[in-house]
Amino acid sequence: MITQWFFTHVDRRGGIAIALLVAIAFLVPLSNLLLPETSPLHIPTYLVSLIGKYLTYALLAVALDLVWGFCGILSLGHGAFFALGGYAMGMYLMRQIGPRGVYADPVLPDFMVFLNWKELPWFWHGFDNFWFAALMVVLVPGALAFGFGWLAFRSRVTGVYLSIITQALTYALLLAFFRNDMGFGGNNGLTDFKDILGFNIQAGTTRSMLFAATALFLALAVFVSSFIIRSKLGKVLVGVRDAESRMRFLGYRVDRYKLFVWTISAMMAGIAGALYVPQVGIINPSEFEPANSIEAVIWVAVGGRGTIIGPIIGAVLVNFGKTYFTAAFPEIWLFALGALFIIVTLFLPKGILGLYGSWRTKLADRAARKKDSAPPPVAAENVHLPEPQAAE
Amino acid sequence: MRLNRLLSVFILMLGFCCHIAQSNAQTVDDATLRPLVQALAGDNFENTTKAISDLVKTGDPRVSKILDALSAGDLYVAKADKTVFLGKRDGSDYAATDPLTGTKLDPVPRSSAEKIKVNNRLRRDIAAAIGGLTLMSDNIAERRSAAEAILKTRDPESIPLLDQAIAAEKDAGVKVLMQQAKAAAVLNSDAADDVKIAAITEVSAGNSRDALGLLTPLENVQGPVGEAAKAAIDSINTKLAFWNAIQNVVYGLSLGSVLLLAAIGLAITFGVMGVINMAHGEMVMIGAYTTFVVQQIIRTSAPGLFDYSLLIALPAAFLVSGGIGVVIERGIIRFLYGRPLETLLATWGISLVLQQAIRSWFGASNVQVGNPSWMAGSFDLGLITLTWSRLWIIVFALSVFAILQLVLKKTMLGLRMRAVTQNRRMASSMGIRTPWVDALTFGLGSGIAGIAGVALSQIDNVSPNLGQGYIIDSFMVVVFGGVGNLWGTLVGAMSLGIANKFLEPFAGAVLGKIVVLVLIILFIQKRPRGLFALKGRAIEA
Repeated sequence: MITQWFFTHVDRRGGIAIALLVAIAFLVPLSNLLLPETSPLHIPTYLVSLIGKYLTYALLAVALDLVWGFCGILSLGHGAFFALGGYAMGMYLMRQIGPRGVYADPVLPDFMVFLNWKELPWFWHGFDNFWFAALMVVLVPGALAFGFGWLAFRSRVTGVYLSIITQALTYALLLAFFRNDMGFGGNNGLTDFKDILGFNIQAGTTRSMLFAATALFLALAVFVSSFIIRSKLGKVLVGVRDAESRMRFLGYRVDRYKLFVWTISAMMAGIAGALYVPQVGIINPSEFEPANSIEAVIWVAVGGRGTIIGPIIGAVLVNFGKTYFTAAFPEIWLFALGALFIIVTLFLPKGILGLYGSWRTKLADRAARKKDSAPPPVAAENVHLPEPQAAE
Repeated sequence: MRLNRLLSVFILMLGFCCHIAQSNAQTVDDATLRPLVQALAGDNFENTTKAISDLVKTGDPRVSKILDALSAGDLYVAKADKTVFLGKRDGSDYAATDPLTGTKLDPVPRSSAEKIKVNNRLRRDIAAAIGGLTLMSDNIAERRSAAEAILKTRDPESIPLLDQAIAAEKDAGVKVLMQQAKAAAVLNSDAADDVKIAAITEVSAGNSRDALGLLTPLENVQGPVGEAAKAAIDSINTKLAFWNAIQNVVYGLSLGSVLLLAAIGLAITFGVMGVINMAHGEMVMIGAYTTFVVQQIIRTSAPGLFDYSLLIALPAAFLVSGGIGVVIERGIIRFLYGRPLETLLATWGISLVLQQAIRSWFGASNVQVGNPSWMAGSFDLGLITLTWSRLWIIVFALSVFAILQLVLKKTMLGLRMRAVTQNRRMASSMGIRTPWVDALTFGLGSGIAGIAGVALSQIDNVSPNLGQGYIIDSFMVVVFGGVGNLWGTLVGAMSLGIANKFLEPFAGAVLGKIVVLVLIILFIQKRPRGLFALKGRAIEA
């Protein structure tokens, strides 16, 4: 019965993706922890963390795709929600350092002692508790997104204007978090973490568990996205994407639908950030850089906007490329990334998955013509996805 | 002054060489000076202080050298005859010189001479005294700095000297400064109230910030002096606040001009094509690098033309950036019509490529772009000092704006551009070749960005990241000002510039910028299409 409920809400691809993610959530840690290092199937810890990082990016991309691919809201500020989630987690990790910091203050993190602060600012209270911090990971980005979206969608700020003000949002946060007075460590950010939930954050076991958590959360995000998209609400969202005014004339409160999916997406991004921070060991204001948010958009575009698993493929591929290029040919990376932006928008408007889809359609077409029988079959992939059109 | 000491001094006056007195200064004959110099070797500091002030009162130019030596501890007194001499250690002796005439004396064994002691208070007195003495100098810069020194020390002792100097002074500017200094000294002395009140009037006429420093200590004095000081402080504060506001406005206008230059090209492309060109900042950057290249060529082949380098760079930058713009439009953007958000991504990609190209070509670090002589320096306007570059950039931005308005309003291209902005399909039906209008618009917008780059190369570091610093601000200007109307861009740029400068003193530069960003975000909610929005159905595509 559960499987039936599951499959009414997830399509075949989504199901495969979830199954795969759950599988690697178990297999990768097992391989890392149980297999001897000499085994060809052993995955070293650094690789576990690296893939874990890619998966948090993938989670961010899924969140972004939910608003851009399915609702036509191009956010150039999703990095802000990601970073806010990361800061919430970072604050928890900072509090866990306790007296082991350089200045050995039992309560204050090092940078506050350095700034000669006498007591913890009010917004740092409660972050010594993991569950409070975990709540903040979703609440803070969610609240910001809700407030921002409530204002923006109600006044019908759309298209390029919306993209620009989301960029302004992350830029303003970037400037704010760079300030030492903000109480978030200024441009050094938060780092030197020791442990999470009592486990040493550097240990291989912890790393594997973080990886497993990331993969499972990503699977959950895929499920939630599919659930939303396949519900009636999802149809309305696609309608908003393709013809916003028409949906409004049909009597739908477009702003509420947008606000809902926007807030959910921001919360997902926050979770992605929270999983990212313990795996890379640092969070600093550069995560708010507008360029980061735009890069996240290209992950979605490469994989295929408006598909559930495209963003995951895009995020992993692009970041793998980034890791490879920045190490092997650092001067070429920006050329490659820039060219990727241009090529994808020009030639692959539906991303890799779209390419795959049209390739299959073509094959099916040719087969049908050869047989010279019934009319060509409809491309199954595109049934629930009308052509992405101009978002304006 | 015992007679024998005097006598010995006269005996020692051998080989008197005439000290060429400085024309402006009065020379006192040695017979008068000698006992005063001897008095420096007094038994206690008080006597020495008195001797110093006596010496200073003579106004003789040699005094400053003697006092210098005293302050440096080079002035000695012989134990036997109490002669004061300038000594330098030379083995077990002091090589001695006469302090007044500069003639060499017989070496004095170290054991039979004693250094004239000075303490810190004396050194301070000496420093002030020397300051007073140079009031009589021949050199106008020295006199000016002496007057400024007294304005700082406010030593009442220097009043008579200042009186002399004021009487002798011919340069009007220095004279005013000296009168200020005298007034300051009077305020610091125990002169009568009416004298002080006159001095307050004198002081408050001068540099307001200095005057504030002089008057504040008097504010709490009882009686008419205190009241006069308080009134003067109030009026100075009002004046300062006024000029401060003017300075904020001018700085804001110059920041706004920078924003205007950076944003105006963006506004044109956005207005006509509905595309935010993310590579716009890189067009600015390329304009700045064009300036660099032009200057390099001029440096190597025609150094005399350097002052005209910017004028040569302007058309060059317009053509280079504009050409690249046309290529980008023809090569990439025209395939993305009707998909504004994807154009945004593609142009972002272009910006990355251009940045990296410039980085590979010219290196990642800043390149040196020189300022022509007419951009350097500054001038005073009332109580504020403005640099010429600041003024020029305002003039330049406004001229670009005016020229662009002319192009839009008076040329065929402008007419077509406006038609396409208002209703693309209708314009197309009327026979306007919209693709060409798009290409030329994009070229024009990019070319103007290049021109902006020439201007920005004068006030900012020219590096591959130059454009990144301006792109977000330019977006803000465009969305704030609204599309399809350049006046919106002008008003938007200037109000953002001025708002930034007025917020800075209260909130600091960074917080001020954050506040402006948040205000824009909120403003967009109120007017989703900016300040000057085009009305009509064409917009709601």
